[in-house]
Amino acid sequence: MRELIAFWCVRMAIVIIVAALGIIIWFLGKNGLSILSWEFLTEPPREGMTEGGIFPPLVGTLYLILGTIICALPLGVLAAIYLTEYTRQGKVIRVIRLGINNLAGVPSVVFGLFGLAFFVIYLGFGVSILSGSLTLTFMILPTIIRASEEALLAVPQTFREASLALGATRWQTIYKVVLPQAFPGILTGSILGIGRAAGETAPIIFTAATFYTPHLPRSIFDPVMALPFHLYVLATEGTHLEKTLPIQYGTAIVLLGLVLGINLAAIVWRARLRRKKRW
Amino acid sequence: MLRNNAWSKVRVTVSIIFLILLGFSPLGLGKGKTIAIRGSTTVLPIAQRLAERYHHLHPEVSISVSGGGSGVGIKALLDGMVDVANASRPMKTKEWKIAEKKGIKPHEQIIAKDGIAVVVHPTNPISELTMTQIKEIYAGRIDNWSHLGGPDHKIVVVSRESASGTYECFYKIVMKKEKVTPAAILQAANAGVLNTVAQTEGAIGYIGLGYISEKVKPLKINGCYPTPDAVRRGIYPISRPLFMYTRGEPKGAVADFINFVLSPEGQRIVQEEGFVPIRPTK
Amino acid sequence: MSARKYKERAIEGIFLSFALVSLVALFFIMLFLFQKGLPIFRVIGPLEFLFGKSWYPTYEPPEFGILPLIMGSLFITVGAILVAIPLGVTSAIYLAEIAHPWIREWVKPTIELLAGIPSVIYGFFGLIVLAPWIQDLFNLPTGLTALTASLLLGIMAAPTVISISEDALNSVPASYREASLALGATRWQTTIKVVLPAALSGISTACILGMARAIEETMAVLMVAGGATLIPTSFLQPVRPLTATIIAEMGEAIHGSPHFHALFAIGMVLFFITLGLNLLADFLTHRFKEAGSGTL
Repeated sequence: MRELIAFWCVRMAIVIIVAALGIIIWFLGKNGLSILSWEFLTEPPREGMTEGGIFPPLVGTLYLILGTIICALPLGVLAAIYLTEYTRQGKVIRVIRLGINNLAGVPSVVFGLFGLAFFVIYLGFGVSILSGSLTLTFMILPTIIRASEEALLAVPQTFREASLALGATRWQTIYKVVLPQAFPGILTGSILGIGRAAGETAPIIFTAATFYTPHLPRSIFDPVMALPFHLYVLATEGTHLEKTLPIQYGTAIVLLGLVLGINLAAIVWRARLRRKKRW
Repeated sequence: MLRNNAWSKVRVTVSIIFLILLGFSPLGLGKGKTIAIRGSTTVLPIAQRLAERYHHLHPEVSISVSGGGSGVGIKALLDGMVDVANASRPMKTKEWKIAEKKGIKPHEQIIAKDGIAVVVHPTNPISELTMTQIKEIYAGRIDNWSHLGGPDHKIVVVSRESASGTYECFYKIVMKKEKVTPAAILQAANAGVLNTVAQTEGAIGYIGLGYISEKVKPLKINGCYPTPDAVRRGIYPISRPLFMYTRGEPKGAVADFINFVLSPEGQRIVQEEGFVPIRPTK
Repeated sequence: MSARKYKERAIEGIFLSFALVSLVALFFIMLFLFQKGLPIFRVIGPLEFLFGKSWYPTYEPPEFGILPLIMGSLFITVGAILVAIPLGVTSAIYLAEIAHPWIREWVKPTIELLAGIPSVIYGFFGLIVLAPWIQDLFNLPTGLTALTASLLLGIMAAPTVISISEDALNSVPASYREASLALGATRWQTTIKVVLPAALSGISTACILGMARAIEETMAVLMVAGGATLIPTSFLQPVRPLTATIIAEMGEAIHGSPHFHALFAIGMVLFFITLGLNLLADFLTHRFKEAGSGTL
């Protein structure tokens, strides 16, 4: 009897967790879906941000994601190749690993400070897409490295041995054999990291985001509006808090949809890959 | 499994993704006419509306508006990061000296006037306070409405982030540079103060004139309600001018923008946002 | 042949340099935090900074004591842990020991999604739903309190605790369970008396990383914690944690002013707190090898 109660308690915990996700999505969906329309997605804010849409912040966020992918993916994958294919032991690797683990633990607001001090002020990039993307790059680098490592390690050792035995060099083996096999895995893992970058606010507030700009950025040195920052300022700083409430819900649901969509795509794709690849 | 086309497939995928993303990317590095505006959060909603309208009239001008506070805006102006600095206080002597050192002659333009209203929860029977009473409340020395002839209810003090322009104005005019009690709930913006006061019986807060709504009750101070007219005539005690600073006499697009701000249309926007225009409106 | 070898060496060198980027980044982060943060100690002593009881950065003269902020972070983190650990560890037990495989297959991605929700959305939800609810429930002057932030953070930190704890539980060898069950223990007894102790260090790692997650959270606590710089005495008071202070004030601090440097110094404090927690978690993982590698 006692055991039964205990088991039910344990079940309750998981129900609470799943319910939390459900409630948040349901609540935002209930209040936000009605405002969604093609115009909402493709028009700039109007009338002191109380009307119109979220086109500039939406595009701004896409630019930031793009910039982050371009910088973070190659960096992360190449680092992971070194860690899995070239060395497995030794001091160098332990130090590098320590670096990656601790970089993963750095608070997002500290990344924001670093981006402000280094990219914005020291390198003089100003508050811009460039500064924001580079800041986000460092933030998600550990995620991408780990995901890539996992994917590389999943390629059976026998593949490498076969290639090397045929006289291929290590680089040829990596390039021709290991990477193509690992590539989908690398992508799915990395997408999860990108999803995180898309939703982050703290690192971009001082490095990339601006309160209002009605047009799209014309260069990578322009500041942009971004969805998470837009939601934050509307919810806490807007002049007409009540009037912008529908827009706040709309922004929240678009941001949530974007991030969960990215994550869900990666999760589903990963599940399919796992089912398909059984060496 | 190890067919040679594994890579080619990957390559095609990557190229496609890259091309799509590139199509999105802002590769143009050309700088057209730009106006970058930064500064006081009080001026922010006006500046945003003005920029919105100005962009509509002159779509070729690239315009962006950020907050940050008066000090940040002025610093950015002197560093050459922005073209217009919004400020809810005049430049300090220290800042004029920095400007002089850098060989910049900032040009000061008053664009509107702002009054700070002291507001309470609508159910609060109190309708008038003196400047001294407000100061005593914010210093934490009066902590119950019964001391002021109201109901026996604890006073919930709501104040602003200490770096905001509204706070600075309140701090100088009302507090006479005395500290606000640390028990005060600090809000980052006018809207936050408004909502907290509206939801909290016994709360007192202060907000820009433009933020007054029926959700809260503005108080008479020294016998005068915070109305635009009282602010314009200078009889409401807690008021201040709002500024836009430029580097030197405004030129080109910037001058055009400042002229727009002072035009009847610009001043009407000022009025619609709840501030007091300084020039005739349309 | 040797040209080929050189080429290989060169390629390896290139890869190595990319692998070092993380390390260099970490170093640069420290360097710039120090460069911008240390100048505050020309204005105020380090002890006065850490244990000063009042934070009035824009008064004249300014006061830069961050004890109220540290206490704010501490209150919220303790509260979050009290929510996240029971919830997270029991969920992990359920997933690893009890759940049907098909439930696991559905619940695990759900938790991953929960971890992926941007913190500003949690903050928005907290602001609009949780805060008014707490205010009504306890009849408070404001719903923006340490408790509100703790509840929100508890849910946010739970996925971290779950995923790492579950890895730890899964890495307990099946033979332990079989031995226990063979001796006549029930499934529950086996879980509590055998599996859980065996995975304890992994679960401690999970708890520590959950704590780090709570301390570093910024946007959600900024939006719901209230922001009073008083040293808190109760969970029903508004508080101002370290992270929220940086975000709330950095936009208005003038570059190069003492206030600016003080905010970077707060960043240093945060950096070292999380570094310490991560190193501790790392140590625990390596000390007792049974924990797996959590990636959340």
